[in-house]
Amino acid sequence: MTMTLETPALERPETRDRSASNRRWQRFARPALGVVLPLTLALAWELAVWSGWSNGRLVPPPSRVFATIMELARSGELWRHITTTLSRVAAGFGLGVVTGTLLGAISGYWGIARRLLDPTVQALRAIPSIAWVPLFILWLGIFETSKVALIAVGVFFPVYLGVMGAILSVDRKIVEVGRTFRLSGPAMIRRILLPAVLPAYVVALRVGLGLGWMFVVAAEFMGASEGLGYLLIDGQQLGKPAQILAAITIFALLGKTTDWLIELITTPLLRWQDAFRPGGET
Amino acid sequence: MLALDKVGKIYPNGVHALERFSATIPQGEIVAIIGGSGCGKSTLLRAVAGLDRASTGSIRIDNIDISAPHEKIGIIFQEPRLLPWLSVADNIGFGLSELPAAARREKVAQALARVGLSDKAKAWPRELSGGQAQRVAIARALVPQPEVLLLDEPFSALDAFTRRDLQDHLLDLWADTRPTLILVTHDVDEALVLADRVLVMRPRPGRLFAEIDVGLARPRDRASPLFDAVKRRVLTALDRSLDRDVPDSAPAETVGAWW
Ligand SMILES: Nc1ncnc2c1ncn2[C@@H]1O[C@H](COP(=O)(O)OP(=O)(O)OP(=O)(O)O)[C@@H](O)[C@H]1O
Ligand SMILES: [Mg+2]
Repeated sequence: MTMTLETPALERPETRDRSASNRRWQRFARPALGVVLPLTLALAWELAVWSGWSNGRLVPPPSRVFATIMELARSGELWRHITTTLSRVAAGFGLGVVTGTLLGAISGYWGIARRLLDPTVQALRAIPSIAWVPLFILWLGIFETSKVALIAVGVFFPVYLGVMGAILSVDRKIVEVGRTFRLSGPAMIRRILLPAVLPAYVVALRVGLGLGWMFVVAAEFMGASEGLGYLLIDGQQLGKPAQILAAITIFALLGKTTDWLIELITTPLLRWQDAFRPGGET
Repeated sequence: MLALDKVGKIYPNGVHALERFSATIPQGEIVAIIGGSGCGKSTLLRAVAGLDRASTGSIRIDNIDISAPHEKIGIIFQEPRLLPWLSVADNIGFGLSELPAAARREKVAQALARVGLSDKAKAWPRELSGGQAQRVAIARALVPQPEVLLLDEPFSALDAFTRRDLQDHLLDLWADTRPTLILVTHDVDEALVLADRVLVMRPRPGRLFAEIDVGLARPRDRASPLFDAVKRRVLTALDRSLDRDVPDSAPAETVGAWW
């Protein structure tokens, strides 16, 4: 104890400096690590085309993809496609999350409901979701409703499974604490079950969102006149690889951003977690 | 007063865990229950806590039948079982949700000071040591002022030093409101430091085997010859309960290895 207190005064400013630069490293450099690889690859390809090593016709260099994005943005078209796709994902994700959460919670909480409901849901899950497309078009038409329905189906299953699994694996010992304090049913749900399932729920939401982005492309392939998926098809039919790559890039950015938003919103709620974080806090 | 009348428990898988256990425990008494592994001590405590139902017999507190958790009864488990998403202060206040916020805060602050963890009020449970976590669990159980507090091997996961510390602490807290304490333990010393009466159980099926009045003055001196004499009595009873024959002159050390 006293030994550590007697560090020579001279060394102290230096260690403080080091810990400050350390913190700066954690704040900025660590996330920056994630973009090193894509940037290097992009730069390498740019150089390869620029030096004439490849003509870049089928795989246009980043500069041309960027130019295409700017062009689409200037004409206002890009914005229209992005909002269309985003609103489809939002509607489908919202619908899928609400139904998945409700049914998952019911199946997790009531044994009878689980025995009644779960086999059917599992059987439906075994159907490749794209197989629903023809049926949805017949039932719901080729416009927005069928697209939103398809996305919702994609989001539903991971959320349903995540919620049900999380409820079923809540620690009995923690539930007993609630019982000894005589919590009523709703209080037990609010004060014990909800917080206990939250970490797994966040994971389910993120998986669901990923599938939502996957299915919006499928939905927009089946006849759309706008949206990022339409840009893909359009680029293919008109032989414009730069447009395809532009759409793909925007998909990547939007997907990452929305996922990051979920993370951002839920991190403060999960600070209590005693989790294994290899390589330090992120 | 807590009255157990011929309490029995047969688990659904047919295990006869408890048979005709009867005892009367006046308000404010400290009772230690001791016995070999699997003799139904946890089963008994869970039944009194209302977490499981006894198959036969009755458990009454002040003439009220216990078949579900009751506000007059608190329980502390072997693990602290703190809720990981609540701060230490919120864990302690968990059973006080009916109280207005200000009153709750005050009680929690008092309890935190009482268990010496005021500086940890805002900490997460994961940031506590085992002994600190168990102290929070004790505070959480005591803060609603139960008339009966059940403890199922509450200190068995702690080192000997921390255990002694918490035993003293528990006695201190007990003196505040003098609830009835029923303490399951494997540690004869612990039983004799804390309890007014020791109940020895025997297994297969779990039954009450012997009852020993401790009758030592408080605070108890572990080194006194009287303490040693009672300890010998308890250890002999334990050995008998496990059908081991022990010569009366056996030194306490060898008898001590009873489990
Ligand atoms: N949930 C259960 N289902 C079936 N049998 C059980 C259950 N819990 C306990 N038992 C059985 O009941 C008997 C008594 O168990 P109990 O946990 O009450 O013992 P104990 O005295 O607390 O033992 P220990 O000192 O090891 O904690 C044991 O034979 C055990 O196998
Ligand atoms: Mg036990």
